[in-house]
Amino acid sequence: MMFRNLVPDPIARLPWRVIVPLTLLVFFGAAVLYSAAGGSMKPWALSHVLRYVIFLAMALVLSRVRREHFKEVSYPLYGVVLFLLILVEAMGKIGGGSQRWLNLGFMTLQPSELMKPIIVLVLARFYDDLPPSMTASWKMLMPAAGLLVVPAGLVILQPDLGTALAICFGAFIVIFLAGLPAGWFAAGGILAAIAAPLAFFFALHDYQRQRVFVFLDPSKDPLGTGYHILQSNIAIGSGGLFGKGFLNGSQSHLAYLPEAHTDFAFATMAEEWGLMGGFFVLAIFYLILRWGMTTARQAPDRFSQLLAAGMTCTVFFYAAINLSMVMGLAPVVGIPLPFVSHGGSSMMTNMICIGTIMAVERWSKTGRRSLS
Amino acid sequence: MFKALRDAFNQTTGRHVTHGQLANSFDRRAMLIGAVQGGLGLILAGRMTWIAVAENAKYAMLSESNRVNLALIPPRRGWILDRNNLPLATNRTDFRVDLIPERLGDADRTVSMLGQLLKMDAVDVQDLRDRIDKSHGFQPVEVAASIDSETYAAITLRLPELPGVIPQRGFSRFYPTGPAVAHLIGYVGPASAAEYEKDKNPLLITPGYKVGKDGLEKHFETELRGEPGARRSEVTASGRIVRDLEMREDVPGNPIRLTIDGALQDYTARRIGLESAAAVVIDCHTGGILALVSMPAFDPNSFVGGIGRLEWKMLNEDDHIPLLNKALRGLYPPGSTMKPMASLALQQHGVSPDERINCPGGYQLGSRYFRCDAAHGSMDMRSAIEHSCNTYFWSMAHRVGYDAIAPVAKMLGLGQEFDLPGARQRYGTVPDAAWKMRRYKQEWSAADSLNASIGQGYVSVSPLQLAVMTSRIASGRNLVPSLMFGGQKPLGPALPFTPEQLAVAHDGMFRVVNGSGTAAASRLDLGGIQMAGKTGTAQVRALTARGGGGTWKSRDHSLFICYAPTDAPRYAMSVVVEHGTFGARAAAPIAKDVMTFLFNPGKAWDSLLAMEKQWGGTPIQRMEAKYAAYSSEYGTTAPKVDADEAVETALTKAENAGKPAEVFVTEAGASRDTTSSATSSGGAAPRPGPTSSPSPAAGGASPAPVTPP
Repeated sequence: MMFRNLVPDPIARLPWRVIVPLTLLVFFGAAVLYSAAGGSMKPWALSHVLRYVIFLAMALVLSRVRREHFKEVSYPLYGVVLFLLILVEAMGKIGGGSQRWLNLGFMTLQPSELMKPIIVLVLARFYDDLPPSMTASWKMLMPAAGLLVVPAGLVILQPDLGTALAICFGAFIVIFLAGLPAGWFAAGGILAAIAAPLAFFFALHDYQRQRVFVFLDPSKDPLGTGYHILQSNIAIGSGGLFGKGFLNGSQSHLAYLPEAHTDFAFATMAEEWGLMGGFFVLAIFYLILRWGMTTARQAPDRFSQLLAAGMTCTVFFYAAINLSMVMGLAPVVGIPLPFVSHGGSSMMTNMICIGTIMAVERWSKTGRRSLS
Repeated sequence: MFKALRDAFNQTTGRHVTHGQLANSFDRRAMLIGAVQGGLGLILAGRMTWIAVAENAKYAMLSESNRVNLALIPPRRGWILDRNNLPLATNRTDFRVDLIPERLGDADRTVSMLGQLLKMDAVDVQDLRDRIDKSHGFQPVEVAASIDSETYAAITLRLPELPGVIPQRGFSRFYPTGPAVAHLIGYVGPASAAEYEKDKNPLLITPGYKVGKDGLEKHFETELRGEPGARRSEVTASGRIVRDLEMREDVPGNPIRLTIDGALQDYTARRIGLESAAAVVIDCHTGGILALVSMPAFDPNSFVGGIGRLEWKMLNEDDHIPLLNKALRGLYPPGSTMKPMASLALQQHGVSPDERINCPGGYQLGSRYFRCDAAHGSMDMRSAIEHSCNTYFWSMAHRVGYDAIAPVAKMLGLGQEFDLPGARQRYGTVPDAAWKMRRYKQEWSAADSLNASIGQGYVSVSPLQLAVMTSRIASGRNLVPSLMFGGQKPLGPALPFTPEQLAVAHDGMFRVVNGSGTAAASRLDLGGIQMAGKTGTAQVRALTARGGGGTWKSRDHSLFICYAPTDAPRYAMSVVVEHGTFGARAAAPIAKDVMTFLFNPGKAWDSLLAMEKQWGGTPIQRMEAKYAAYSSEYGTTAPKVDADEAVETALTKAENAGKPAEVFVTEAGASRDTTSSATSSGGAAPRPGPTSSPSPAAGGASPAPVTPP
């Protein structure tokens, strides 16, 4: 209550529960990037913080948007992003070679990144509109599947398996939470178990297959793809309990670690900060994700529930896959660690997710307040 | 209660789902997802703890081995010095380029790029490719040594495009007199795969590091090797050195000092000229070997980086067999050079030196007639040496039997192997009755005695043994040859000859050179200093024209032994010129000039330089000219040089298939030192051995050893 008196109300009402751990993580990430650049704010650390500040502002603006507006823009936004995906694909075909981004002049935009939150939004809207009695209907699964398959297919064509998986994962979470019969998921799981080996041998590109092989046995290719996993493990393992000390990571500074500032930023961090640094990052993610899931469960209606849970799981997917990869538990896929890795598109996507969850939190507060 | 049942039914049948049910389902499923997330978080935390704590030591070590690059600095090899501390083998600083085949990306591209940068011709590029093919991944391959600093800078500049290529500044072995010391010292080369397998020392695969491959270089490997230096430096993943952490200087190998007189060695090698010959000079005071020369030879400097195809073809096709160390491994019938030794043996067995034998031009043994070179008339022991009268020695040998002579031959060093480092010797044959029975299951015949007494038949010796024999006759002491300076070998048991007996042999040898003997033309032209000697002409092939006739290979070997000064012997020498015809014609003049060099080097150089003009320059210049001719004739068509083992095999083959194998045992007219016309043998007498088969001297790998007395 004293807190309330000292600080103006609009500021006090900001979602500090998430802003504080998030800011800590981003600044920790900036420190890692500072070190990865050999002790320099440029080229990564400064822009990392700047982007965070900008996207945090964007997220706070997003959190003020009313539920009705979210619902209204969901289908049009989906259409726009889908169009951009097609555009990128077409430009790639014309330009000869694969292209994943559009150059907007002031920044490069990766439409597939935008699709991750948008798919959650559009499916939440779809299941909110769907009468409860129809959720268990086969017929009504088809539109949802269509909403997913078209963008996911386009992203796979790019080819960007990592992002396609992230899109599918977000969509899957929303569909699962929407209350479809558990039996379907069981059946789907069995189907996937059958399809996976087939897809592995017939649908994957050679280099993707190679990555899986090497993931299963990194020593097979110590100078190629296995090199990444091995060097990442060396960085984390040699960090020990407390790390080699800030700016003392040899793996990153001597370029043994590939992509030390993006995909393998966690390894860069772990080498210098050790297990303690790793636990700190895991703890922050725990706080953020718990906040997200709590918000989802306390959300006032079905749309906001699905929206918040879907957004939380999208962030979770990023973090989980990236951490599994750097620790050698998953094949190397190009997925950065949210809030730590350098990269504008990933920061934007994740902050859209955070901003959306903040919005849901606001809706439930105002809802409760109106009730009281 | 009822409602709950119906709800459950509805859910399972998929009908009439309500908002409430969906909210319940959301709660449960959200809890499930949260639990899965938490579980995965715990797995990640556990995994990280495992890597960072349990496996910390392993990864910390891997990280350190990533970070720190330990580069060995090949130690400077110990020098090999002559008796005057002048270098026979040194190191010179040079810029060199090596490559590690395993790290080559596109080998073809890299090699052709190196070829351009280093201005290598097609032959050099081909040799480089051969060396890469031959190497075993981890072995560094020498691209070029002794390049100039501009080329070195050009390579360094292009390094990012040349993965696996290592330019460095280092030391490489240098033999100032090249071929002159090739057989004596051997050569160095990169360690072979077999050597690395045996001794897993990482130094062996350090670029630029060489091990001794032959001769003294191989024998004294551990002394010469030294301690490698090391440089610990921090390197990036791409191999760029960030900073040096620690540096340890190398400890150069220990020098070894030989009894060899480097200038004499060089002079002797050059004086041999175009001949295929061996010469050994021994110090009559100590037994130290002053010169041990076999020419022609290879240039050990060009072996350092590996042998090229053309060079190998050149060496292999040379009928003078440059790969064979003839001084130690060449075996020749000694011919009449045996006569001074034989005179000592005869005196020991009661033959008076003054007894005279008439030489009517030959010797009748039963139904066989052994023809001497001339009708010498009445001969005593001294004049028989002077004129090399076979009849005298035949009749005396027939009287005392060869079994009386053979022990003396062995006592004076023939048929013996000496304890010399790094030198593989062949001990040859000093035959006697027991030996012949063992080897041929035949009785020793009187004819065998006759042949052996004039150094023909089964007898075969090496130039080193001849030199030892000469030094022992000259000094009257049982000198043991040595090669290490200060490592004089103790004398053997005293020689059982009286000064008077030795004086007879000395007088005979004195008169060979200074009287009316066979080598009168090779008298020393040094004022008071005089030389005593004995010529020898060893027949190579039976029933062929003697002397200078026929093809080179069918000509007789020319031998000469000598010592000087005659009043106080200081130097003893043997010279064997393969197929040089008469001893007086080819071997004695070489001996004369070498002996002159020992007393008056300036005078000796004058005569040699004049001769070298006719021969086409020094041995190195002649080899270069020959190489250029080969290069233009064969280009890159020469066959590939095989691995080290094959080179070794070829060397062994050179020894076994070498000259001695062509020595045929003859039945008569075995040795002659004058130019009198040839006569074929008198009667159809039995031969001591089969005509068509090689002589026992060429017994190859397993000649029956002659046990020392």
